[in-house]
Formats: sequence, C-alpha cells, structure tokens
Amino acid sequence: MSALLAVHQLSVAYGGIQAVRELSLEVKPGEMVCLIGANGAGKTTTLKAISGLLPPHAGSVHFDGHSITRLPAHEIARRGLSLVPEGRGVFPRMSVAENLMMGAYARNDRAAIARDLDEVHALLPRLTERRAQMAGLLSGGEQQMLALGRAMMARPRLLLLDEPSMGLAPLMVQAVFDIIRRIAARGVAVLLIEQNAHLALKTCARGYVLENGVIALSGNAADLAADPAVRQAYLGG
Amino acid sequence: MDIFLQQLINGLVLGSVYALVALGYTMVYGILELINFAHGEITMMGALVALAVIGALALAAPGLPGVLVLGAGLAVAIPVCVALGLVIERVAYRPLRNAPRLAPLITAIGVSIILQNVAMLIWGKQYIPFPAILPEGRHQVLGATVSDIQIAILVLAVLIMLALILVVQKTRLGRAMRATAQSRQVASLMGVDVNRVIAATFAIGSALAAVAGVMVSAYYGLAHYYMGFLLGLKAFSAAVLGGIGNLRGAMLGGLLLGLIESFGAGYIGDLTGGFLGSNYQDVFAFFVLIAVLVFRPSGLLGARLVERA
Repeated sequence: MSALLAVHQLSVAYGGIQAVRELSLEVKPGEMVCLIGANGAGKTTTLKAISGLLPPHAGSVHFDGHSITRLPAHEIARRGLSLVPEGRGVFPRMSVAENLMMGAYARNDRAAIARDLDEVHALLPRLTERRAQMAGLLSGGEQQMLALGRAMMARPRLLLLDEPSMGLAPLMVQAVFDIIRRIAARGVAVLLIEQNAHLALKTCARGYVLENGVIALSGNAADLAADPAVRQAYLGG
Repeated sequence: MDIFLQQLINGLVLGSVYALVALGYTMVYGILELINFAHGEITMMGALVALAVIGALALAAPGLPGVLVLGAGLAVAIPVCVALGLVIERVAYRPLRNAPRLAPLITAIGVSIILQNVAMLIWGKQYIPFPAILPEGRHQVLGATVSDIQIAILVLAVLIMLALILVVQKTRLGRAMRATAQSRQVASLMGVDVNRVIAATFAIGSALAAVAGVMVSAYYGLAHYYMGFLLGLKAFSAAVLGGIGNLRGAMLGGLLLGLIESFGAGYIGDLTGGFLGSNYQDVFAFFVLIAVLVFRPSGLLGARLVERA
C-alpha cells in the first residue's frame, strides 16, 4: 500500500538552529506510527513543519500523493490532516460545543457533521455533560479529550498528536490513549509524538526514534521496544 | 430635570457614535493586538466621501428626498472605507505581522498622518458644511428636545450593534473571528484562512467607521480633514474604558464616554462656578482614559486574569 504521508529529507530550522535534518518517514493509511525522542530532539518541529505551521527549508511532504510542502496550514488541514498541538490548543473562551464546531469549520455537509457530532459525543461522553461550559475551565484531561473530539470533527485521514499525555495524571493518560486507539480503530491513521516512549511503542505498530534532529532508528514497535539502545535511552533500562 | 434629561439624550446619541468607532478599534485589537490608530481617519474619510456625494446630489437633483441622498452618500462611503481598511491592512500591517509590537504601532500613526494629508489635499482645510437635506423635526420629551437626527443615529447605531453581536456570536465568520482572536495558529489548524478573517475584521470595522463618520457630520453639521483625530482618540478611550478587545466593552465604553462628556460639559460650569465652560467637553475622554489606565487597565469588562491556554 502506498503511503498516506510521505516525508522526504525534511530539514527545518527553528530560531536559527537546524532543528530537524533530512528526516524521512512514512505513515500508511490507517496505520499508527510513533515518533519518540528526548526533549528537544525535534519532534514538535517535525509535526509543525508537516502541518504547515513552520516552513521547511529543504525536503518535501506528500499527503495522499500530493505535495503539501509549502501550503499554508489551513489548506493542509482542509485536505484531511489534523494536528492536535502540544498543550491541546482548545479555544478557552469558547464553549465545548463551539470548539467541536470549529473542528468542522472547513466542512459544509451539515447532515454528516451532525452525525459526526453524535459519534464524538458517544466516544467522549464527558464532553456531552460539559458542552455548554467554556473550554478554558475544563481539566487538562478533559481539554485533551476535547482537542481529540474537535480533531475528529474535521474527519481527518491522518491525525498528528503532539504529546497527548503531557501533564495528565496516569489514569487520565490511560483514558486518553484508550480514545486514541478507538479513533485509530475507525481507520484514521495516527502519527504520535510522545516522550513516554513505553506507552507510545505499546500503542503503535511502528516507530521512529529521533535524536538531535535526525532519525536514529526505525522499525516495528515491538522490535524497538526490545532494542537495547532504545531501552537504555528511553525506557529506563 | 429637563437639563438632566437633555444631557442624557445628548450623551446617549454621542456615545452610540463613539461605540461604533470603538468597535473598530477593539475588533482589530482583539484579533491582532494592534491599535489601529488610522481608524479615526477612516471615520473622517467616510464622512468626507459621503459629504462629497451628498453635496453633489443635492446640487444636481434638489428635489430628491433627504433620506435617499443620505443613503447614496452611505452607499458610496461604506465601500470606499472598506477598501481603504483592506488596503491599509494589506500594505501597512500584514508585512509587520511578526515584527515587534512597536513597529505596526508607529506605522499606524504614519498611515493616519498620510490619510489626514490626503484628505486635506482633496477637500482642503476648511470645514465642509453638511447640506440641509435631512428633516429637522424636533420633539419635546419631558422638557427635553430630541431631534429626528438624534433618534435616527441612536436607532441605527443600536441596530448595527445588535447585528454585529449576532454575526460574531452566531455565524461561521464570527466563530472564525473569535477563534483567530484566541489563537491564530490553532485557528489555522481548523482550516481557517486567518488572513481572510483578519481582512474581514478590518472590513467590518471600516464599514462601522464610515457609518459613524456620516453620523457625526450629520449631527454636528460639518466635516473636516482633521475630525478623525479627536474622534479616534475618544473612541479609543471608550474601547479602553470598556476593556479593549471586548465587543460589549466597546459598546458600553462608548455609551459611558458619551454620557460622561455630555454630563461633564453640562455641569462643569456650575461645578467650577463658571471658571470652566462646556468648551472643556473634550477633556473628559482623556481624564477617563488616564483614570482607567491607572485604576483598572483591563477596562470595565476586560479579563483580569491570565487565561489558561
């Protein structure tokens, strides 16, 4: 099967520093892939460059066979690639319901939007209880769920997740990852960035290890999890 | 009692015009954190363009009903101001979107000076009278006098403000505007074309400014290339009073400032034993601005706490 997302030799400079160098990776339709690495390895920079928030200075990004390399972020989002940014990025002064509607901003198929909204509520019943509340007043875990639900409202084919476990209590992390698995089970491909390498490799089928802006290792998640170097560096021995 | 009521009416009318102009400041600030100091000049352009059309029509077709002539003036002034606002945003502010905040502020002052001078070149330095085309009916209400023009200004301003609230709260564009104001980056991830939303914000603000400019010139019976300066500063003060970036704040701030000015001008003579007269009317806006900045910099309805992202 050909790749849904194909990143080829991508280089991105961030604040004068070469943050990502000649990075290549692939995500196939429906696949769950993780990108792990230490703080500052270039994970977030990679996602930002893929989704159009940062301009790459070399290399290419193809989505569904078409180049999206220098498209503005809103064009990329409209093609079915949704980034859930680090820190969740809910609109704090909008209600939960309005945040979800923003997810469907680029769509105009009203009936399908209504169906998807029902599905999101079925998947995330906590949001249903709080639909009239301002998103800024939700707990961190609820905001992460809202961000996931909002991304689902765009009907993405690829979901980019930037550190969904960050700042959450262990139980909430479990709940959020459970939701991510259920989203993936619907056929949405996922590219997941995590500092929690153990959890990421357990969740995904394949993984890439990023070190100082360069892909150091890649392969099946199970193989990576068994790799002595990976165990040493990211899984606590 | 009658003086009190008279000042109340005058203040509300004036305040509703300030509110319309203040909305333009606050909408742009809410989305870009930029104080568009050229906004007052857009109001002035609206007034002068409308007056040019109205004057020409009044000469060419003296029999036309005044409301129609006024409508024609607005119909030209609004698109001209919208185009002006869009060009200013595109040429003067967008290239500086990621520059330090002082840069666009200085540019804004520069644009405002350019517009004043362009208006002076076109229309000269003299006051341009508003032709007597509007009905001059006056009504006695409990000892106070209300003119048709005052009623029209107040009703129209309130309708426009209600429509604006509806647009911002209920429409797709309004949602996109609020999302962009809260996070430009995340809005773009939702598929919002942020540049278009910002342009739409300038367009709406400029249209309101055009209407406000026509209202002011109809109310005072004249227009002038420099009128946007003071009007702009007052409306800016009103926006700060209400809490800059907050739509309802701009409306409230505008109305309050109008009332403060009106009552201040009405009673300052009595309060100072005749030492200061109503010609000190313009001072009140700046007293208010200073007081707000000292005691409550976030304004009446502004958020005081840093919001959680």
